[in-house]
Amino acid sequence: MDLKDLYQEIILDHGKNPRNLRKTENFNKDAKGHNPLCGDKVHIFLKIDENKNISDISFEGSGCAISMASASIMTDLMKEKKEKEVKELVEDFLQMIKESPEMKTKIINENEKTKLMSLSGVKQYPMRVKCATLAWHTLTSAMSNSQEETNTEKFD
Amino acid sequence: MNINNIKKQFPIFNNKVHNNDLVYLDSANSSQKPQMVVDRIYDFYTKEFSNVGRSVHYLAVAATNLYESTRTMMQKYINAKDPNEIVFTKGATEAINLVANTFGQKFLREGDEILLTELEHHSNYVPWHYLRKLKGVKINFAEINNDGEITLESIEKCITPKTKMIAITHLSNVTGAILPIKEITSLAHSKNIPILVDGCQGAPHLKLDMQDIDCDFYAISCHKMYGPTGLGVLYAKKKWLDTLPPYQGGGGMIREVKKEGISFGDLPNKYEAGTMATAQVIAFGESIKFLNQIGIENIEKHESELTKYGEEVLRKNNSVKLVGNPKNKGSVLSFTLDGIHAHDIATILDEDGVAIRAGHHCCQILHDKLGLSATARASLGVYNTKDDLDKLNESINKCKKIFDR
Ligand SMILES: Cc1ncc(COP(=O)(O)O)c(C=O)c1O
Repeated sequence: MDLKDLYQEIILDHGKNPRNLRKTENFNKDAKGHNPLCGDKVHIFLKIDENKNISDISFEGSGCAISMASASIMTDLMKEKKEKEVKELVEDFLQMIKESPEMKTKIINENEKTKLMSLSGVKQYPMRVKCATLAWHTLTSAMSNSQEETNTEKFD
Repeated sequence: MNINNIKKQFPIFNNKVHNNDLVYLDSANSSQKPQMVVDRIYDFYTKEFSNVGRSVHYLAVAATNLYESTRTMMQKYINAKDPNEIVFTKGATEAINLVANTFGQKFLREGDEILLTELEHHSNYVPWHYLRKLKGVKINFAEINNDGEITLESIEKCITPKTKMIAITHLSNVTGAILPIKEITSLAHSKNIPILVDGCQGAPHLKLDMQDIDCDFYAISCHKMYGPTGLGVLYAKKKWLDTLPPYQGGGGMIREVKKEGISFGDLPNKYEAGTMATAQVIAFGESIKFLNQIGIENIEKHESELTKYGEEVLRKNNSVKLVGNPKNKGSVLSFTLDGIHAHDIATILDEDGVAIRAGHHCCQILHDKLGLSATARASLGVYNTKDDLDKLNESINKCKKIFDR
């Protein structure tokens, strides 16, 4: 185990200065997520236009560096993506965090993949995987406009 | 008191954590176990095992005597009047559920009030919450002051003619505040209100005298007292155990069972339905011996010095903020670090073999009140030393280094 793998510079950067930490004006979809074990909380706001593109995505919340960085990097990458692409990206990311050595999707470029792969350090810290996946599960709930709060304890 | 000799009795410290010596600062969550307790479980299963209280054969009689001797040891340890005032449960949680359930059934009606404090662990809130739903009782919370303490006055303010039960912690598992439970008990009794004390954090650290405190109920988790998991103790005044209805039904707690009806057994069997945690009870006898060998007064003194030392060290560290500042504080150091979340702290400390807890410590009401989503908590046991607290501080500085890159 190496803490430097977990707390890479990019994670600390996004963790300390999260991008898109705000509330989208006139959002039309949103969902709340909660990790009861840690107390991490995230609320994701989406504005989806008539062509089913994400025209804006933002989040509010508080949590550890991993959960904040994950939400920050995720929201950055999801902007201007189509609904279908979002689904594919979420699945690919969760697959990578759980077992795959890398991401397979063609939707994002290598540079963007490297950013997401920086979160893969949690694989060595099983208790922290939920921190990395909270925003992603919550995004899925927001897309399906599920009213129920996403709760990481219900997954895996 | 020689801490090195005491520490040697705990086999866990022979192991390395991530190639480091273990610095165990999570005793408020659960304490480590001395060899004599571990051995007792092994010996009981290998040489003496039998179920208790049922058969007449040699092993059964011997096991029953051992089981009952722990009850008597516990009675003496907390100076209860009668061994029948000691009920074994699966933990403090079950002890509190037992009281909430049976007391609620018999004595509570719609509109009655139960008084808790903002310091309570979820296990001294959720069991009472059920009565909200079931009976329409109201739950009030006495408020903490700026130092994270509960004073006699804050309790007094919340007592109304409808208050039917006061249930409070002895020692907060977050701020470390030790409550004036004797004074609160006497206040409660002056208004004819019974009082339950959640003694989870009190029992491992403080000298207990039930007849002196005079509370009606006192709940204990044995695994925090250098004893096995799966075991708790409910101390309850005999008059309550005689009047309250049984809790769980099953074998061992009955007198006569007929198709038309059932009569219940005497104390202590009335509240110990089914096969109990026999090996744990017997091994817990060794925990009491262990505590008695050192002497709880010595433990109190050692831990109080350590707590003060820990406070000093952490106060000197500018990025640390201690949670709560109670004058009478025991064995718990909760803190936050500027710009670093508690879970990140715990992960980084763990790499150095420093085991702490991060989160809300089952006290969401308190964390909401403090406006904190999570805190880091170092908590002490008899085996800790000043060296452990220095190591804690060093690892905290390492957190800063990693985050300030
Ligand atoms: C103050 C307090 N009350 C109750 C409990 C619950 O104890 P248990 O889970 O052993 O039943 C704990 C343990 O975490 C505690 O610290």
